[in-house]
Order: sequence, then C-alpha cells, then structure tokens
Amino acid sequence: MPLPYSEIVMEHFRNPRNVGRIENPDGKAVEGSPACGDMVAVYLAVDPDSQRITDVKFESYGCASNIATGSIITELAKGKTLEEAKSITWKQASEALGGLPPIKTHCSVLAVDGLRAAIQNYRERHGLVKERVPTTVEVVRKRLKHVMNPMTGLDLVRTKIVRDIEVSGGKVRVAIDLPADHQFAANIREEILEKIEHLWDVDEVVIEFTE
Amino acid sequence: MFGEFVYLDNAAATRLDERVLGAMTPYFLETYAVATSQFGYSPGIEAKDALEEARSTIARALSAKPEEFIFTSGSTESSNMALKGVAMALGARSGDRRPSGKGKHIIISKIEDFPVLYSARALEKQGFRVTYLDVDEYGRVNLDQLRQAITPETILVSIQTANQEIGTLQDVAAIGAICREQGVLFHTDATHSFPRVLLDVREVPVDLVTVTAHLIHGPKGIGGLYVRKGTPLVKWMDGGFQEFNLRAGEENIPGAIGFATAVKLVTPEETARLQDMRDRLIERLLQIPHSRLNGHPTLRLPHNANVSFRFVEGESILLHLDMRGFAVSTGSACFSRSLEASHVILGIGGNHERAHGSVRFTFGRFNKPEDVDAVADAISEVIAALREISPLGKE
Repeated sequence: MPLPYSEIVMEHFRNPRNVGRIENPDGKAVEGSPACGDMVAVYLAVDPDSQRITDVKFESYGCASNIATGSIITELAKGKTLEEAKSITWKQASEALGGLPPIKTHCSVLAVDGLRAAIQNYRERHGLVKERVPTTVEVVRKRLKHVMNPMTGLDLVRTKIVRDIEVSGGKVRVAIDLPADHQFAANIREEILEKIEHLWDVDEVVIEFTE
Repeated sequence: MFGEFVYLDNAAATRLDERVLGAMTPYFLETYAVATSQFGYSPGIEAKDALEEARSTIARALSAKPEEFIFTSGSTESSNMALKGVAMALGARSGDRRPSGKGKHIIISKIEDFPVLYSARALEKQGFRVTYLDVDEYGRVNLDQLRQAITPETILVSIQTANQEIGTLQDVAAIGAICREQGVLFHTDATHSFPRVLLDVREVPVDLVTVTAHLIHGPKGIGGLYVRKGTPLVKWMDGGFQEFNLRAGEENIPGAIGFATAVKLVTPEETARLQDMRDRLIERLLQIPHSRLNGHPTLRLPHNANVSFRFVEGESILLHLDMRGFAVSTGSACFSRSLEASHVILGIGGNHERAHGSVRFTFGRFNKPEDVDAVADAISEVIAALREISPLGKE
C-alpha cells in the first residue's frame, strides 16, 4: 500500500510510545492549539539530583507527523539530562523518523517545541533559570508568539490582536483586542498565563480584554 | 487488496461502470474519426451522430434542448466558462457602460466549490466586484440577503445546487426566480447533484448549469455546461467552430458517450438505496459522543454524510481508516494541499477545530449495505483511540 509517510513514521503513528500524562509533573507544556490543527502536551518527571528525565509522556491532537514526532521525541529524551534533551533538534527527530514531508514541518516542530517548553517550564518552576534574562516587553511578545488565536490558527502576535504589553516591577500587563465575553477569551487568558507567570522575575500577570 | 477496500469518497471520484466502458470502447477503436459535418466521410458522420445522441441524452436529463448543452473537459472548465464567459460578455469596462446598463458585479455564496470561488476571485483582480453571500448554520443562502445584494450593476449570480462537502441543497428554484425577476443571469454548479437531484430547466429559471460525468461512474475529463438559449457568453476557447462555436477543440467523443451512458444508468431506485445507506450511517455516527452533523438534516445530497468529531484531527482519522481499508475525506487543514481548513465548515459558522475534525462519507453504486456498519464500527474505534492520546476533552 502506498503511504504518504515513511515506515518509521507510520509505526510511531500506529503505536505511539509514552502516551499519556504524568500526575503532578515536574515540568509540563502545551504547544499549538485546536485551532491551528495541531497541539501537543509534554509532561516531565525529573530527578532533581542528576537533572535527568526519568519519565516523559505526551498527548497529541494532530496529524500523523505530529503524533509520530511526539512519540520519537519522548523516546529520544527519556534518560537524558535536561541539558542534553534541550538540544535535541527537529532535524534529529525527523532523521530518527526516516524523514518527514516538508509540508508537515510545522506539525512536527511543534512536538520539539513542546519538549523544550516543558524543560523551560521545569527550570522556571524550580528557579533554575541561570541566565536571569530580565523580562522585557520583547520577551513577553516572543512568548505570545506561542499562544494561538483560535479564530485563525495563527499566533496572537501575527494576527495583531495584542494591543499593548507593559512590564514594570514584576508586573506584566497584556491587552488583547477581543471582548471579554468572547468565546475564546478564557482559553487565551489561560494560555497566556501558562507562558508568562513562571518567568523568574514576574510576580503578577494582568490580562485585559479590550474592544 | 484494493478489492477489499471500502471506498466512501464518491464525491471525489467514482469507479467507472463497466457498461460505460463498454459503450465507450468502440469510439476509441472503431469510430475514432473526428465529428465532421454531414458532408464529410462516413466514419466522421457516424461519430457526429453518436456525439449528438449523447448530447440529447444529457440535455434530456435537464429537460433542455440539445443545442443548449455544451461538452467541456469537466466541471472546473464549465464553471470557469460560465463565470468568465458571462463576465467578458456583459462586464462593461470602466467608463464604458453598455446599453444593457450592466456592470461589473457578481454574487456567489461563500461556500462555493473552488472553480466558482476562484473564478470569482480572478475576476475580482480584473476589476469586478464580488459579493460573497453568507449562509446559515446548514449552509443555506438567505433569499432576502440575495435580493438585497442584487444591484443594477449585477450581471451574474452563481450559487451551487448542492454543496461539495456538507451536501446541503439550495433552493435553486427560488434563487432563480429572484434572479429572473431582477434581470440577472443565474448559474448553478450542479457537479455533485446531477442527475441524482432533479433539476428541470423548464421549471427552474436558471441560465447556466455545470455538470460532470466523473461523479456518476462515468469517465474523468468530460463535463458540460447547460447554456439557456440567448445567454450572452463569450467564446471560451478559440480555434475551430465546435460546440456551437462556444468552445473550440475536437470533441471528446468517447467521453461524451461515456457521460451519456452514465446519466442513463442513474435511477431513482439507486438513489433511494444510497440515501438509505446515508441515513443509517448518519444515525450510527451521531451515536459517537461529541459528534455533530454538518449540513442540513434533510435538505442534503442523497449520498453525502458529513460529521465532525471533537478532540481529534481529520488527517489522523483518515490514515487510520486507510490502514483498515476505508477511504473517506476530511475538511482538516492538515489534509488539504493548501493547508487551509475547510472554507465550507468555517462558512457555516464552525470554528477551526470543527473543520479539522470533520469527515465526509459519500456513497456510490458499488457500496454495499454492509459497508455502513463496517465503516461506523471502524471509525468508532479510531476516534476512541485518538481521543485516548488527545490532550483535549479530558476534563
């Protein structure tokens, strides 16, 4: 039977490894959204002494390449230190899968981003962010690029609904160009909080809906 | 292996009926001459006679006169010809208003299939103004909105008979009546409904109708356009004087014979059989939790079922079904070549998630009653398995 994907991709799609959730994970992240067509959640259990990933699980809403990349990325990450796992690239994941169609890059990059974001989430939660880059408007904007606007499937920044960002004294204020009672307002609020509240120098996040 | 395959994508292509192939074969191997005038050589006259008989058969299915039916290479060409042909004939250049007082405004619905949609967009780039009519939650055009959208500048309204994805039927008789009353031409894309859903051009005031052979077990590469007598249309392809001098190029005679044979083989009994399978499948699919029907519950194509499943994505469903031996289609962005979610599901007010989780099942002559339960069982398992691994719908 002719198939659009490599045998390895199909194998991981049929029998994805490390599927599910970890109760009380040490780190977790969600990338993408139902609106953009692909979404991946990554959960980590980390040994605090060795900084090794003792367990990793993922969930996927998406196409075959998203599911297969989620599967392979968890296999590649398990047992590695956070530092090692963080440097796993999309190219490595793609090679381990025997190649992915170029048109599916977006869906598979998402899984790699998910792993990195989960590691970052662990580090932020555990006060391990060494660089201590101060949170600026630009940092916040960059993070909002990872929050989807469910109406379009593109991120908040690209769809120009971020009206204003203010950062001062540990307080971040984000103004979104949507009515507060919009059907996606709660969803967007939650995703923004998840991306920003764990930053080391952020004490308070205020999200305003204005329209 | 393909023999065991259950094919449920008959709105994309259909298996050729062997009787159609049998009727076509002599026109490849024996009567292969081009259609000549009555003063030509005998094989050419024979070919011409066969072509005209095929034309009459198809025209009859629309209650049209044979000279009102033009063969094309398929429905894409037909709709391009209808929109651009009328636009070129009636669309006044700026500052050059014709005596007819007609201008450069066209009205279509926002859920038209790509040939109409993109012909309209192409005309927009050439200075035409296009109104994209909203549709309701079922995909039906609002007749009052249509009436209000028509202006003295309007030259053409193009609204499909049935939707390609969700199967919703429009009230073409009422739409045609409004257009006639306002003196505006009306084109309808009947690609997915002809000839299963009756369209009688004596009853329905329609000026142009797009039809095709490949969705009724006829060959690919042949379609047609009904052109009511007197409809202004600029010649579509230049060259010879074929097709009443509206479309140059040697006629596809085997294709025309195949098309006519396919039309004759469609019966009301068969259509009722497809509708029965459709209804049973919809009933089964709606038993799956978090599912909803897309399109109208009753005013829909007899062979189309379209259901959205929450928390799962269409391409994954499609691949899993393929591995189990079923072919279906989806409105998910991941599946489309353009990576855009279905404009039809978005057009009926659905969000991207509903489009990504939409699955279309379309029946044809070669489906058996047992296919319904087989595919319903398979998709229930597939949806459950994909929901297992989905981060959505768990709280």
